Amino acid sequence: MSTDLTAEGGHGAVPTGPEVPTAPSPSVSRRDWPLYEVFVRGKRGLNHVHVGSLHAPDDEMAVHAARDLYTRRNEGVSIWVVRAADITASSPDEKDPMFAPSGDKVYRHPTFYDIPENVPHM
Amino acid sequence: MSAPTLDRPAAASPDETALRQQFEATIAADHRIEPRDWMPEGYRKTLVRQIAQHAHSEIIGMQPEGDWLLAAPSLRRKAVLLAKVQDEAGHGMYLYSAAETLGADRADLTDKLIERRQKYSSIFNYPTLTYADVGVIGWLVDGAAICNQVPLCRSSYGPYARAMIRICKEESFHQRQGYELLMTMMRGTDAQRAMVQDAVDRWWWPSLMMFGPPDEESPNSAQSMAWGIKRHGNDELRQRFVDMSVPQAQALGVTLPDPDLTLDEAGGHWRFGAIDWSELQRVISGQGPCNAERIARRRAARDDNAWVTEAASAYAAKHAS
Repeated sequence: MSTDLTAEGGHGAVPTGPEVPTAPSPSVSRRDWPLYEVFVRGKRGLNHVHVGSLHAPDDEMAVHAARDLYTRRNEGVSIWVVRAADITASSPDEKDPMFAPSGDKVYRHPTFYDIPENVPHM
Repeated sequence: MSAPTLDRPAAASPDETALRQQFEATIAADHRIEPRDWMPEGYRKTLVRQIAQHAHSEIIGMQPEGDWLLAAPSLRRKAVLLAKVQDEAGHGMYLYSAAETLGADRADLTDKLIERRQKYSSIFNYPTLTYADVGVIGWLVDGAAICNQVPLCRSSYGPYARAMIRICKEESFHQRQGYELLMTMMRGTDAQRAMVQDAVDRWWWPSLMMFGPPDEESPNSAQSMAWGIKRHGNDELRQRFVDMSVPQAQALGVTLPDPDLTLDEAGGHWRFGAIDWSELQRVISGQGPCNAERIARRRAARDDNAWVTEAASAYAAKHAS
C-alpha cells in the first residue's frame, strides 16, 4: 500500500501517514469566535459536569449552541458556558506543591481512626 | 503574568527526559493523558490526524443519508433520519472539540478537509442509490463504526475517549433504526426485498474495508497500540464485525455477497473471501463515485453560509456595546 492507513478514526480506514498535515496554518476562514467550555447538570441534585467545548460569538449564543449540541436526548436540566480564556487552572508543573500537602494528611480520612467492631453506627 | 490557557498543550520543558518518563508511566498504568500533560510530538500528531479525520468523516457522513431526508417515505421516517443526520453533525463537533485540546484549530481543520489535505472515511464516497441504502448504512456502516469506536472509549487520550463514549451511546440508535427499516422492507413486496438485497450487495465489501488493510500492511499500528491510542488490530476488529453481521443477515433474510463465507466450526468464526484492496486505494485516492461531490458540497456549505457567521458576529458586537 502506498500510504499508511488505519481503521482507527471510528468511521473507517483513513490515511494517517506523515503526508497528512497536523499543524494549524493561517486560515482564511478562521473565525474570531471565542472558545467556550460547556458544563451540564444531568438532573436535579447533581453538579454541573464538563462535557466539551464549542465556539460562539457571545455568551447567549453559546448557551443556545450548547443546548443543541450537548442535550439532544434529555442529558441535562441546566447548562453553564464559560469562556475558556476566563478559566484559571492549576498547571501540571504545579502538581506537586498543589496537591502533595493533602497526601500526608491521612488523618483527614475516616479510615485513619481505629474504632472497635462492636461500636455501632460509627 | 499571562492567563493560563485551558486545555492547551503545555510548553516543552528542558527536562524532557523526566517528562517522557512520566508520560510513559501514565500510559503503562493505563491512566489517561489529559490536554495539559506533556506528550511526545508524535503522539500529539497521530492523535490530531486520527481525531480530525474521524471528525471529517462524521461531517461528510451527513451527506449520503441527507440525500434521503426529503424522499423518506413517511413523516416518521423523515423524523428518524433527521435525528440521525443531526447526530452525525454532533459527533463531528465533539471530535473537533477534542482535536482543539491538542492545539488544532477547528476552522483550519475544515479548510484542510476542503483542500483535500486531510481525508475522511472512504465509505462516504459511495452513493445512496435507493432508500434501502439508508437502512444498510445504519446496519452495516454504523455497525462497523461501532466495532471500531467501542474500543476507542478506552483510548489513552482523555478528551478523545470521552467524546467516543458520548458517540457510542448515540450510535446504537443509528444501527437499530437501520436494521428496523430493513426488517420493515423485508416484510413488504418482492421489489422491496430485492432493493434491500441490492443495497447489501453494494455496501458489504466497502464495510469490510472500513477496518483498514491487514495488520501486516499497517506500519503505524504498533506505535499506536503502544501508546494506547489504538486497542485492537484491523483484522481482529474486521473478524468481530463479520461474526456479528452473519447471524443478523440470516435473521433479516438477505444473502451476504461472498461465496467463500463459511463457519469455521472449530474456531467459531466466519471465514470470508479475499478483499479487493485496490478498490479502497482507488476510492481513497479520489477515484470513488462521489469524492468530488462530497467535497464540493462541504465547500459550498462553508462559503455560502459565511454570511450567517458574519451576521452572528455583527449581532454579538452590537449587543456587547
